[in-house]
Amino acid sequence: MSKVLVLIEVSQGAIANTAVGLLAAASRLGEPIAVLAAKPGTDLAAQLGALGAAQVYLAETDQAGELLVTPEVDALASAVEALQPAAVLLANSPDGRDTAARLAVRTAGALLVDAVDVKLDGQRVVATHSVFGGAYAVDAAVEGGLAIVTIRQGAIEGKAEPASGTVTTIPLTVDGSASAAIDEVNAATEASSRPELRGATRVVSGGRGLGSGEAFELVEQLADALGAAVGASRAAVDAGYVPQTHQVGQTGITVSPQLYVALGISGAIQHRAGMQTAKTIVAINKDEDAPIFDIADFGIVGDIFTIVPKLIDEINARAH
Amino acid sequence: MKIIALVKQVPDTGGERKLDASGLLDRDASERIIDEINERSLEVALSYKDTNKQTEVVLVSMGPADATSTLRKGLSMGADSAIHIVDDSLAGSDAVRTSAVLAAALKDTGFDLVVAGNESTDGRGGVVPAMLAERLGVAQLTHLNSVELSEGSVSGIRSTDNGTLTAHAQLPAVISITEIAAEPRFPNFKGIMTAKKKPVTVLSLADLGVETAAAQSVVVSATARPARAAGKKVIDDGNAATELAEFLAAERLI
Repeated sequence: MSKVLVLIEVSQGAIANTAVGLLAAASRLGEPIAVLAAKPGTDLAAQLGALGAAQVYLAETDQAGELLVTPEVDALASAVEALQPAAVLLANSPDGRDTAARLAVRTAGALLVDAVDVKLDGQRVVATHSVFGGAYAVDAAVEGGLAIVTIRQGAIEGKAEPASGTVTTIPLTVDGSASAAIDEVNAATEASSRPELRGATRVVSGGRGLGSGEAFELVEQLADALGAAVGASRAAVDAGYVPQTHQVGQTGITVSPQLYVALGISGAIQHRAGMQTAKTIVAINKDEDAPIFDIADFGIVGDIFTIVPKLIDEINARAH
Repeated sequence: MKIIALVKQVPDTGGERKLDASGLLDRDASERIIDEINERSLEVALSYKDTNKQTEVVLVSMGPADATSTLRKGLSMGADSAIHIVDDSLAGSDAVRTSAVLAAALKDTGFDLVVAGNESTDGRGGVVPAMLAERLGVAQLTHLNSVELSEGSVSGIRSTDNGTLTAHAQLPAVISITEIAAEPRFPNFKGIMTAKKKPVTVLSLADLGVETAAAQSVVVSATARPARAAGKKVIDDGNAATELAEFLAAERLI
């Protein structure tokens, strides 16, 4: 079985939540091998077998977390040389994309960005992309070199079977002379118990129909009842109801959750571009002609302020 | 300081955008404009030039012959000159190839800083800046929400999946910015008039001497998704919340 490398990102000292989906995707293509760049003495590598890594390639360097993606690129380049994989999978995060970009140039490979699915076609890795906000499904493959694929967070369902996770540790020397250096990491200031929007499996978003920042609490209450992340349309962000970090759409975050609930969102094409690959879409809006209803699996024409509280009661009643 | 501002011509997001049968962008299906994010990245360069008059801002674009209008827009905003890489054989280039061509042009022109958008509004790949940095042997600092530029270094706040981080790099470097970083200026009348006289250098692949890469990404198939069908739509008569809860339960979502 051919080897498939997965870059494991570290977030605030822990394995980033993207690792599960990446290892699941890798397990469909071949033997999943986790690649981790970390400071010496980490215990993170030991956790990766449970997530499906057959092997762990642990590159130890004091520069991990100090230099911007350079340690990760060097770790992957070293693993590619040592293991001759068929493919390398990374999260389509800012760090994942930069790492993948540099690796593609360094290994003379080719890059497939923001895949929503991966599969094997014979020996060839084929990635499916959702283009123009889901208007087109494009399958692409790499010819003549290593396939490097970044995968949209939240797009891959399920988990890989736990595997042995045999750890191989190598010392890595990183040349930082042509690298950006990290000065300070600021975790998102909202210490929220809610899931992160990016990669969330459930999202509840609010739009202009909420009418005010105070009323936006309704969105948060439904999100909490569903265990969902909170999103917003550009209109709600521009009106100041919520910070820009919540914006879903063409100029915000693209989500691909199992459930997307749109409250008081009309569904402009730029918003739909960021959410219409959701598996199930629910919309509540008082305007019967709102375009969001054209793509909703379940739409309610009505007042969010009377319907949503009832819905929360129904959900809570069923949870008990 | 010499700043290169990368610009891309893209279909207007206000209109419908299409792919052709081979899965490439149908450039005739919609109006083509300068990518909005590049107006912002150019603004980062121009605002430095505002206070540091010795700064030279050069636009670089790879695109079809009619991308000239895109470059004129950038020149009318205040860039000094433009380089337009045009070659029919570049149509449908993937990011690896695009970065090879741009890197070849930048090696010839020289630069202290390259400024790009974090991702184009059509391809949305967002990988060309880091590829360029790798090819040019310099640092990259991407996804910047703010940029602090000085004679020898660049720093800024970078958006990440889990918040932000501050980072810095020595020049020369490649940076990319998010839409938060700058509000672009409007070209004034004087800018529009002088833009017509500013030099635009047109280069072909032969001028740059870029070889074809062994590996490339190829489109296997492109299918227009059937428009997502509207499902059930109910007018609330007092029971809609209950019906929705039943729907969610049936879908095993609650």
